[in-house]
Amino acid sequence: MSGKIVKVSGPLVVAEGLADANMADVVRVGKERLIGEILTMTGDTASIQVYEETSGLGPGAEVVTTGSPLSVELGPGLLENIYDGIQRPLTEVRERYGSTIARGIDIPALNRTKKWDFVPAVAAGDKVTGGAIIGTVDETSAVQHKIMVPPGVSGVVQSIEAGSFTVEEPVCTVKTDDGSVKALTMMQKWPVRVSRPYLRKSVPTTPLCSGQRVIDTFFPIAKGGTAAVPGPFGSGKTVVQHQLAKWSDVDIVVYIGCGERGNEMTDVLMEFPELSDPRTGEPLMKRTVLIANTSDMPVAAREASIYTGITIAEYFRDMGYDVAVIADSTSRWAEALREMSGRLEEMPGEEGYPAYLASRLAQFYERAGVVECIGGDGRTGSLTAIGAVSPPGGDTSEPVSQATMRIVKVFWGLDASLAYARHFPAINWLTSYSLYLDTLKPWYDEVFGRDFLQNRERAMALLQEEAELQEIVKLVGQDALSAPDRLTLETAKMIREDFLQQNAFVDLDCYSSYGKQSGLLSLILTYNKLCRQALEKDETIVDALFSIEARERIGRAKMVPAEEYQAVYAEIAEEMAQQIAEIIEGGGGK
Amino acid sequence: MIKEYRTIKEIVSPLMLVRDVEGVTYDELAEIELPNGEIRRCKVLEVNGDTAVVQLFESAAGINLAQSKVRFLGHPLELGVSADMLGRVFNGMGQPIDGGPEILADAYMNINGLPMNPAARDYPNEFIQTGISTIDGLNTLVRGQKLPIFSGSGLPHARLAAQIARQAKVLGDQSANFAVVFAAIGITFEESEYFVQEFKRTGAIDRTVLFTNLADNPAVERIATPRMALTAAEYLAFEKDMHVLVILTDITNYAEALREVSAARKEVPGRRGYPGYLYTDLATMYERAGRRISKRGSITMIPILTMPEDDKTHPIPDLTGYITEGQIILSRDLYRRGINPPVDVLPSLSRLKDKGIGEGKTREDHADTMNQLFAAYSAGKDAKELMTILGESALTPTDLLYAKFATEFEQRYVSQSFEENRSIEETLNLGWELLSILPKSELKRIRPAYIDKYLPAKKS
Repeated sequence: MSGKIVKVSGPLVVAEGLADANMADVVRVGKERLIGEILTMTGDTASIQVYEETSGLGPGAEVVTTGSPLSVELGPGLLENIYDGIQRPLTEVRERYGSTIARGIDIPALNRTKKWDFVPAVAAGDKVTGGAIIGTVDETSAVQHKIMVPPGVSGVVQSIEAGSFTVEEPVCTVKTDDGSVKALTMMQKWPVRVSRPYLRKSVPTTPLCSGQRVIDTFFPIAKGGTAAVPGPFGSGKTVVQHQLAKWSDVDIVVYIGCGERGNEMTDVLMEFPELSDPRTGEPLMKRTVLIANTSDMPVAAREASIYTGITIAEYFRDMGYDVAVIADSTSRWAEALREMSGRLEEMPGEEGYPAYLASRLAQFYERAGVVECIGGDGRTGSLTAIGAVSPPGGDTSEPVSQATMRIVKVFWGLDASLAYARHFPAINWLTSYSLYLDTLKPWYDEVFGRDFLQNRERAMALLQEEAELQEIVKLVGQDALSAPDRLTLETAKMIREDFLQQNAFVDLDCYSSYGKQSGLLSLILTYNKLCRQALEKDETIVDALFSIEARERIGRAKMVPAEEYQAVYAEIAEEMAQQIAEIIEGGGGK
Repeated sequence: MIKEYRTIKEIVSPLMLVRDVEGVTYDELAEIELPNGEIRRCKVLEVNGDTAVVQLFESAAGINLAQSKVRFLGHPLELGVSADMLGRVFNGMGQPIDGGPEILADAYMNINGLPMNPAARDYPNEFIQTGISTIDGLNTLVRGQKLPIFSGSGLPHARLAAQIARQAKVLGDQSANFAVVFAAIGITFEESEYFVQEFKRTGAIDRTVLFTNLADNPAVERIATPRMALTAAEYLAFEKDMHVLVILTDITNYAEALREVSAARKEVPGRRGYPGYLYTDLATMYERAGRRISKRGSITMIPILTMPEDDKTHPIPDLTGYITEGQIILSRDLYRRGINPPVDVLPSLSRLKDKGIGEGKTREDHADTMNQLFAAYSAGKDAKELMTILGESALTPTDLLYAKFATEFEQRYVSQSFEENRSIEETLNLGWELLSILPKSELKRIRPAYIDKYLPAKKS
């Protein structure tokens, strides 16, 4: 049965005669069979958001429901791929339709002809439940794809075959509990707006290592945690997000370009295959799935892209992997929500955003977490969600920023004035926070000893003090400060310039291991400690202390290659101690 | 057979309601024939059953509800494109106004274009030398980039844009396969004429396509003007393999026209009364810049906008900045001090610079010196600020050097005339000369090897 369009207003189409359709069903609109989704139903009249440009649609055109909600295809072939907001494979779209995205494109998300080598992990007669791993496929050189029984299916394996299969060919048959026989393929479908099931959630206790000093040492995020990166344009949000996508020590990265620039996605597409994971040595692209719904692509599909991305991420989490979802930017997603809400003539909340903005955002972030997966083998997976926020004018008092800050536990506040001074990453150390410090403390204490967090606290205290002293300097000048205060300013400057600043575009600096991070910070803090002791004896030597040669070496210490840093840092520490001792001996006259 | 309707029920400029229509589709182009035979154009914004909401591109004055006829043309607003458009002048709706013949269209293209597949983009990485130090050295422009100029009323953005159009070249590329597409959106005759004269003076006029919607032309027509220009640009770049520079001025006028239509439709307004979809709408224009895989041409875009009250957080510059790949911001303070072009270096940015500079493109030391110049200028400005409050004596010797650096940097690096064309070598060497004011130990952002190689010896 099919309905007929009665109204078209931009991406919103109203059709009648759809009594058979369910809420949230995917429908096909018009003779080009554009993809749409039902938002509201009144009698047999449905309001539909159309994921493609609606130019040329008019009253009378046919609308057919597919009877199922918006879903994604999950199976081998996801990795290294780039999809649009409703999971159409963009590389294949280009091959078939050229460089622009035409309308009514209908290409399945997973390649139907490609054969994958399936290795069974269970045998006939084994009992399996939803989520159980029945076999594996080496999808890329970096990731083993685990084929799972779809949630809700359980029974006894009747037959299972090793060999080469496409995603549509059955690899296994299961006699389900109600007696029927079900053939399983390597592909399953899942509705994007429903989170995939798990056994239980637990509190995240392991940090996600990103190789970014300001993040890992100062404002860490846990695997399974949530974080937001708000900042005005030009403050380096995208670079921070790219850095996280590149260097995070997770197994899978799902990067969602939601309403952002096309060239940024192109950059990822071109750069990731060239870069290699510092842990496995494999190209980063081998563990990455890209979702690109750029700002010029239809706005309704932008709304869906976030859900498409996180559902794919949940699927990999269910295999027992650590997954990170990076969404750039949730503000554009919220704007898409606002646009549809306006067209539906809903009563607006703040700044025109719909009243359900905060609850939708919360639902998205709540799909993150550390979980025990279903399937009966007790494996755990984690899903970390990191979202950029683009507040208008950089003012975080607006609804999207505020609603996000109520949910996420890590806040990396980007600051335009730092960006102007080319202090990158421009994460403001005074306004940012991480609420995971307490839950992660046992991990840090165990792996790096207590020094790690104590050093962090000392450094934060110095930066805090610097901010206060700067106020005084602005009023009365440097001269009014005591020698120890001047040392505080000097050390804080070193922390800022020599530690916090990190150049994403320099090979030696873009990734910093934990060891290198803590080594570098303790060098700076040791300098502070030694100088402070020296000043207790003689305050007149302060200028001499500031100009020791080792200072310059500390300034360049972050560029020391990863293999050599331990030796070099030890050498610098020794040199520094010696030079300071010499000055103390020489006295203030020097 | 195209039907004619005499069923206009309501006109609240720029919107019109037509009843009892059949077979009308969203975004369709329509014509209104006035009783005196005059024809005006409009497009469908919404169809609801047998009622169509239509947006007029021109004034509603003179339309008689009973006697005017409406014809729906069955296709969206299109532009007839052809290589013959070069050297011609069109109005904001794409009709020739230079007295020349009609264009024999090679093809008719929907002015809204189609979204570019991100997997089909080619990353812009060819350095464009504009001959302007603050752009080449610090905010490098590359082919296929969209880099707006954020200006204010009374600032010389037109002269800067003309200078870029005149001087821009890709090093080593001898082909003369370039074109300029210029869209005047609601600007004055004088401003538009300035560009025309500039293009004539440099001989670029033969390779230029002009679309002009001047301040006294219908405001709503402005919604179509930049899209006309971009459609022409896409044709020249991706069908005719040309490197096209698109200059759109002034985006602020465009956004205001959009607001007018939105207000007439009684939509829920976003910030400052602009519609909530302003971001998406601007993005569908800006994102048309770029390069495509397996196409030789490119579209480089320089939109110009005047920031109301010089306020960067106003929705128009703000949303633009979120879409474009950087921005060149002009400073009233520098302009007052006679420093031209008055580019405010610190908040200006080119996001694509990193892929367009370095060995083989500009010079190996480019990235390091760029970062160092930014940091040093920022520190120098802070030092100068402190100096004005507390006097020179409050500064440390290093801070004094930074203050000196900032002054010299503005006077020698930023300041150049609108006529001076500096090569990238000259710009980079000038940067080193200025950096030599500072102690070597302060040059932390430059690799020691480059310091040894490029830092000029101190004059004794």
